[in-house]
Amino acid sequence: MSTAPVLPETAAVYWRPRLDAARLRRRELGWTLSTFAHTIPFLAVAALMLYLEPLSFPVAAIAIVHAWGIPALYANRGACVVRPRPRADDGSERTALGLLGDLLGHEARELHARTGLALERGSLGVWLVGEAGALLVRPGGRRVDCWCVQAKPMTSGARPMDADLPSADRTAHLLLALREDEAGFATVANLAFSGGTWRLRHRLPKPMRPALAAARAIS
Amino acid sequence: MDQTGHTTLAEWTPGDAAAVEAAAIAFREELDRGLYAVVSTGEGHAEQVRELPEGAELVILRRPIAGG
Repeated sequence: MSTAPVLPETAAVYWRPRLDAARLRRRELGWTLSTFAHTIPFLAVAALMLYLEPLSFPVAAIAIVHAWGIPALYANRGACVVRPRPRADDGSERTALGLLGDLLGHEARELHARTGLALERGSLGVWLVGEAGALLVRPGGRRVDCWCVQAKPMTSGARPMDADLPSADRTAHLLLALREDEAGFATVANLAFSGGTWRLRHRLPKPMRPALAAARAIS
Repeated sequence: MDQTGHTTLAEWTPGDAAAVEAAAIAFREELDRGLYAVVSTGEGHAEQVRELPEGAELVILRRPIAGG
């Protein structure tokens, strides 16, 4: 019988099988096949149009743009999970940064200061934890999975009990949950995108790109 | 961790029974609100606790997470 800690939030998504390396690989394969399914028909149409009538190249070009654009839109959705959210007041942000800094090692703290992402090594790969999501750079660094997940607001009935958290606190809540149970964290989170790291890199805000490079370097 | 950055709910030392009891009450109230208590257990690892660990240096209360 396993005594590994289980994230209690997984009970809220009881219908999802607990994620492990093999299940994650299958989901990634599904994303790859889906990308081909979105891309190949448009490329085939473009090739067929040019073969039948070279003057139809504008239509072929539109088909090629679709073949490029649909995966790019998915990558954009993936990048959105770590885009910065509105800031709280300066005092709260400083306090929250202090606590997050205590949780991180020196290098990760410095990387977070530059990029806004907290780097965390895990068994599934290298995580970059943001305010409302996390990126998982898989071993080898060629594939990245983008997870949409956030700290839930505390409510009393329908009324929120807390105002918005400072950005570093939002990251710290996710980081602690990830450290408790990596597989549980990935089970609770929604997979927004899985694909080539190069595809995501272009969609990330520029200040965050060094974090992706750092994760790739050690994955 | 809250909207102010963080708030210290209780401080105690293992030998001080009154402080430990006050901390345990505060701890239980926050768990009843739906928060989870976490203790760091080394670099990159954390453990959820359901009772106040008297010997812990720091207990952090975190919110539940959910897919966005």
